[in-house]
Amino acid sequence: MLKQVEGSAAVAEAVALCRPEVICAYPISPQTHIVEALGRMVSTGKLSPCEFINVESEFAAMSVAIGASAAGARAYTATASQGLLFMAEAVYNAAGLGLPIVMTVANRAIGAPINIWNDHTDAMSQRDCGWIQLFAEDNQEALDLHIQAFRLGEELSLPVMVCMDGFILTHAYERVDLPTQQQVDAYLPPYVPRQVLDPADPVSIGAMVGPEAFMEVRYLAHAKQRQALELIPAWADEFHRIFGRDSGGLIHGYRLEGAETVVVALGSVLGTIKDTVDEMREQGARIGVLGISCFRPWPMAAVREALAGATRVVVLEKSLAVGVGGIVSNNVSASYAGSPDLVHTVIAGLGGRAITRQSLQKVFTEAMESSLEPLTFLDLDYAIVNRVLDREREQRRSGPIAEAILRELGVVGAKIG
Amino acid sequence: MSYQPIRFYQTGTFTVGNRLLPDEQRSVQANMRRTNSLNSGHRACQGCGEALGARYAIDAAMEATNRQLVAANATGCLEVFSTPYPETSWQIPWIHSLFGNAAAVGTGISAAMRVKGRHDVRVVAQGGDGGTADIGFGCLSGMFERNDDVLYICYDNGGYMNTGVQRSSATPPGARTNTTMPVGDSTGARFGQGKDLPAIAIAHDIPYVATATVAELRDLEAKVRRAMEFRGARYIHILVPCPLGWGHASADTIRMARLAKETGLFPVFEAEHGSVTNVSKIKRKLPVEDYLKPQQRFAHLFKDAGRPDIVQRIQQLADRNIRRYRLLDDVERRA
Repeated sequence: MLKQVEGSAAVAEAVALCRPEVICAYPISPQTHIVEALGRMVSTGKLSPCEFINVESEFAAMSVAIGASAAGARAYTATASQGLLFMAEAVYNAAGLGLPIVMTVANRAIGAPINIWNDHTDAMSQRDCGWIQLFAEDNQEALDLHIQAFRLGEELSLPVMVCMDGFILTHAYERVDLPTQQQVDAYLPPYVPRQVLDPADPVSIGAMVGPEAFMEVRYLAHAKQRQALELIPAWADEFHRIFGRDSGGLIHGYRLEGAETVVVALGSVLGTIKDTVDEMREQGARIGVLGISCFRPWPMAAVREALAGATRVVVLEKSLAVGVGGIVSNNVSASYAGSPDLVHTVIAGLGGRAITRQSLQKVFTEAMESSLEPLTFLDLDYAIVNRVLDREREQRRSGPIAEAILRELGVVGAKIG
Repeated sequence: MSYQPIRFYQTGTFTVGNRLLPDEQRSVQANMRRTNSLNSGHRACQGCGEALGARYAIDAAMEATNRQLVAANATGCLEVFSTPYPETSWQIPWIHSLFGNAAAVGTGISAAMRVKGRHDVRVVAQGGDGGTADIGFGCLSGMFERNDDVLYICYDNGGYMNTGVQRSSATPPGARTNTTMPVGDSTGARFGQGKDLPAIAIAHDIPYVATATVAELRDLEAKVRRAMEFRGARYIHILVPCPLGWGHASADTIRMARLAKETGLFPVFEAEHGSVTNVSKIKRKLPVEDYLKPQQRFAHLFKDAGRPDIVQRIQQLADRNIRRYRLLDDVERRA
C-alpha cells in the first residue's frame, strides 16, 4: 500500500509487521519518532503480543534486548549517537552471544561538541563489534531493510543494525510502499532460536572462555559474517520475489557502465550524488556511483568487481577517523585492485553540514582532473580553522574550542568582550 | 508469614535437626529432591560464603517455582567460579551477559516469558555487591522502578573480591582493601553514608525486600520462598563472608556471618511494599570487636595501641542499626 509518511513511521510500521515480541527503548533524537510510534501500537493493542519496556538508559535497552532474545523472543530497539556509545559494551555482548536483535541506528554525530544532526560517526564507531550493518539510501529501503534484518539475523544468529540517516530520513515525509502482513509473514518465519533459556532444557549462556578457545569463538563470528555475504544477496532476491522490488543486497551500482571515476558512498547522500552524476554524465563525464548497502560484513569481492573498470575512486563519507582520514575509504582501498593512491577520501556532512550538488560537482571534477588531494574536507572553512589555530599558538588560555569557532562565526557570545 | 521459626528444645537455636521436623518444614537443602542448581565441582575458594548463599537461594527458588526458573548473572566471582570453560555448575537455564546489566537482562527474560504466556517461569538476577551497588546500580534501580517481575539477589561480600579485593561502595568503613590500605593516617575504607542497598530498595516501594546471612540458611530459604509469592520487583541482600578478602579462616565463614548479625552491624529483616515487616532479633548482643578481631581486614584497628576511636565509631554504627531496626528484644533493651 502506497503511503506518504514520515521515515520513522514507515520504519515503525515495518518493525510492527515483523511481529517483535519485546521492544525496549530509551529516547534520543532522532530515533524518538520510531519508538513513540511502536509504543503507541503496543498501547492500543495493534501490536500484540508485544512488551514495550521504557528503560532507564541505552545500556539497559540493549541489556533488556539481550535477556529477551536469549529467552527466545524477537527483540528490537533503536538508538543513535551518544546512545549507541552508551550501550557499546552491551552491543558487543549481543554479538558475542549470537543474539539476533535488530536495532535501528538513526545516524547522528557524536559529541563533544554535542550535535544532534546527521553523520555516520555513531555507526562507524561500532563497525567491528560483530553486528551486521546495513545502510538505507531512502525511506523505502529503510523500511525494507528492517524486514530483511530480522530474517537475516535470525538465520545466522547475529544481531543486525539498520542504519538510516537521522532527520534526513527519519523525519522526511516520503512516499513508501508498505507491505502487507501476509507478505511479511511469507518472508519472515517465526523465530526459532539456536539457543534459548528454557527450564525444560537448561543451558548456560555466556560462560567464560579462556585462551584455549577464545580465538575459535571469534573466528566463528567472522565465519558467520562471511556467510552473511552469501545470504544477503539471496535474501534480497527472495525479497524481490515476494515484495516485487529491489531492496538491500550488498552494493548498488549506478551508471557504472564506462565509468572511469566511481564515487563510493553510503546512506541518503547517494541521492544527491546520483543527481550530481546525472548532470555530469550529461556533460559527457565518465563517472558512476557505487552505493554500499552492507557495510558489515564488508563485501570485499563485490566492491572489487564493481570497481574493476574504475581508474579513479572517490569515497565520500560522513565519518572521520581522527588522525587518519577515512574509514569507508580504508575498506574501499583494500578492495580496489588499482593503486591505493587512486582512492580519494572526501569527508563530508559531519554534524549535519549540508552536502550540495555544487560542492560535489566541484570535488568530482577535481578528481577527474587529478587535482584532488588524497584527503579532502568538503566545504571546510579553513579561514576559521586557521584563526583558531593561530590564537592557540599565541594564547595559552585560548578557551573552549567549539565556542571559539562559534565566536568567529558571530553566532554566540560565549564570552563578553 | 508462611515460615515459622522453630526453637529446638535442647538448645533454643534454629540450627540442624531436620530429622525432628515434619517433611513440610524441612529445609530444601536437606531434601533429597533438592535440585543442586549450583552443582558441586565449581572453583569457589574454600569457605566461600557466596557459593553457599547461591546454592541455598537458587535451590530454594527452584523449589518455590516448581523448577521453572531462569537466572541472569552479573560478572563476578559467582559467574567466574561457576562457568570456567568448558564447564558449568549450573543445572538451570543461566545467562551471563555483563558486569552491570544483570537486572536489565532479568527484565528482558521476564518480558519474553510474559509475552509467550509462560507465567509459570520466574526470573532471578544475581550479582555481587560491586555488580549491584556500583556498576549495576542504574539497571537495578530501573528494574525496581518499573516493578519488573524479577527477584534480584545481591551476594554482599563487601568488595571486589574477584579482581583481587578492592573497595566497593558496600565495603564497611575501617576495612582494609587493596584500594583502601591503612597506611599513614589512613584507617582503611572511609566512614560515610555508604550505600545501604536494602534501604534503597525499600525506598523504591517494591513488593518485597529482605536481608539474610549464610549463618541462617533456613531463614534465607524462607525469604526466597516468600519472595516468590510476590509478582514484581523483589530484592534479597545476603551477607556472604569472603575468607580471601576478609582474611578470616575458611572454617569461620558461618561464624563471621553470625557475628555480623549478632553485633548489629548487619541487620536482618524483611520489608513489604516499603515498610519493614519483620526483624530477626539479636539473641545475645555482642561488641563489634568480636566481629572485627578475627578478620585481617580490620587488623590495623587492633595493632599496637590500636584505633579504639575507629572501633568506637563502628560500634556506633551497630548501635544505630539496633535502634533503627529494633534488633533487641524489649526485655534485653531494658536490661
